[in-house]
Amino acid sequence: MSGISTKSKERLLYLISPIGLLLLWQLLLMAGLGDRRFIPTPSDIAVRYWQMVTSGELAQHTGITLYRVFTGFFLGSIPGIAVGLLMAMFRPVRIFVDPLIAALFPIPKIALMPLLLLAFGFGDASKIALVAIAVFFPVIINTYSGAASIEKIYWDVARNFGASQQVMFRRIVFFGALPMIFAGLRIALAVSFIVLVAAEFVATKAGIGYLIWNSWELLQVDVMFVGIVTVGILGLIATVALQEIERKVIPWKAE
Amino acid sequence: MPVQRRGAAVDIVGLHREYVSEQGTVVAIDHVDLKVAPGEFLCIVGPSGCGKSTLLRILAGLDKQSSGSIKVDAAGWAVENAMVFQESGLFPWMDVETNVRFGLDTRGVSRAEADPRVEAALKLVGLSRFRRHYPHQLSGGMRQRSAIARAFVTDPGMLLMDEPFAALDAQNRIILQTELVRLWEQTGKTVIYVTHSIEEALLMGDRTVIMTAQPGRIKKIIDVPFSHPRDLIQLSASPEFGKLKLDIWKVLEEEVTRARAEIEQ
Repeated sequence: MSGISTKSKERLLYLISPIGLLLLWQLLLMAGLGDRRFIPTPSDIAVRYWQMVTSGELAQHTGITLYRVFTGFFLGSIPGIAVGLLMAMFRPVRIFVDPLIAALFPIPKIALMPLLLLAFGFGDASKIALVAIAVFFPVIINTYSGAASIEKIYWDVARNFGASQQVMFRRIVFFGALPMIFAGLRIALAVSFIVLVAAEFVATKAGIGYLIWNSWELLQVDVMFVGIVTVGILGLIATVALQEIERKVIPWKAE
Repeated sequence: MPVQRRGAAVDIVGLHREYVSEQGTVVAIDHVDLKVAPGEFLCIVGPSGCGKSTLLRILAGLDKQSSGSIKVDAAGWAVENAMVFQESGLFPWMDVETNVRFGLDTRGVSRAEADPRVEAALKLVGLSRFRRHYPHQLSGGMRQRSAIARAFVTDPGMLLMDEPFAALDAQNRIILQTELVRLWEQTGKTVIYVTHSIEEALLMGDRTVIMTAQPGRIKKIIDVPFSHPRDLIQLSASPEFGKLKLDIWKVLEEEVTRARAEIEQ
């Protein structure tokens, strides 16, 4: 066993597959298999990445993309949480909202982009609206199922102690649903990057999606890869940040 | 020192509860009459499905009778009743102190008035040091203590307890029973305590109501002859206690056998 713990072994194993893949990619191209003008090596991409970081070009696109993602994320998730909780508390609300969700959820949100361009123009607003719509559905569905699965005993206790509807909402239903709300937010976060990058392919002159699409049209394949990698990194950071927030906000969740 | 009995009085007349479903009508409680005196510690014993929990839930306002009436005289008390549930029902997202404070918050008691009351309730059950703990960090016994503090803090005319110690191990159960009896002896509140254990009923209560299996009716009411204050451990080892337990078990045995026969049919 030579002193290496199971944990570090697992960690090593975890890193082997991505590093191995990158290495294989690099070596095959260096050996002359494939055309480096069309398929850059990982080292080419890294060099280009660094250039775009130092020139400030990447930061500019990233900033715009993040602004759109987070504005849309908040505008979509806050009403999603509120309506989801109301659905669990009041049956008529649920009966009213259910068919709308059933009909609208399966529509690929990117298909709404032309409609949103018509409504909000070519600026940030149309992209933010698209993210908000895409985020709304996973959040409302998770919030509702979280609130609906709160154990009956907590409703009984609250009623026995004379809780008003308002107290029920703020102190029982909201907190009871919170773990599921966060599950919904995690999905929503990934969805918001997915739809936004796709939306930025058209009708904008800034953002990571624009960067990817534009470099494809100019056949700057290395820049395209820089864009793709950046989306991955942003998604990773945002997810980790959300998990940290979750740990702070839900201290009662057993570790 | 005799117990100062000053809790709510309850008068139950012709209480009936039935559930109608596609499979037919199930009578949970069949025209029950029962009077509970102020400050009485009343235990209700019966086999599973005898409607004892239903009776408690109706008293707690969590269920409604099909017919019959309940009159509760809780004049002079802040609230009519507070319930302690089998699995404590502590909100997992609130720490102990916030859980205990809950019943005061819902009734709009000001912070200044609530603070000392919460403090006193925590002290009463010996949980002052655990006020910042969340329920999942507590043992089963501590959770039930918190639930009792949460009920006591509202100063109810009566406590409704639904098998609150059923999930505890034997040692913790006797400790909590002792503490509950001590609390009751100090406060003289009316307690209606539902259990499936005769022993528990005889140890703590003034009277024990024995209910029949479906439909739930009162089979017998026993006046428990032991005086208060009680030492539960000593009492449980005494021959008088053993004899009474045996007598009642004979009454209850018929019921259990009948209930089982009906299920097996």
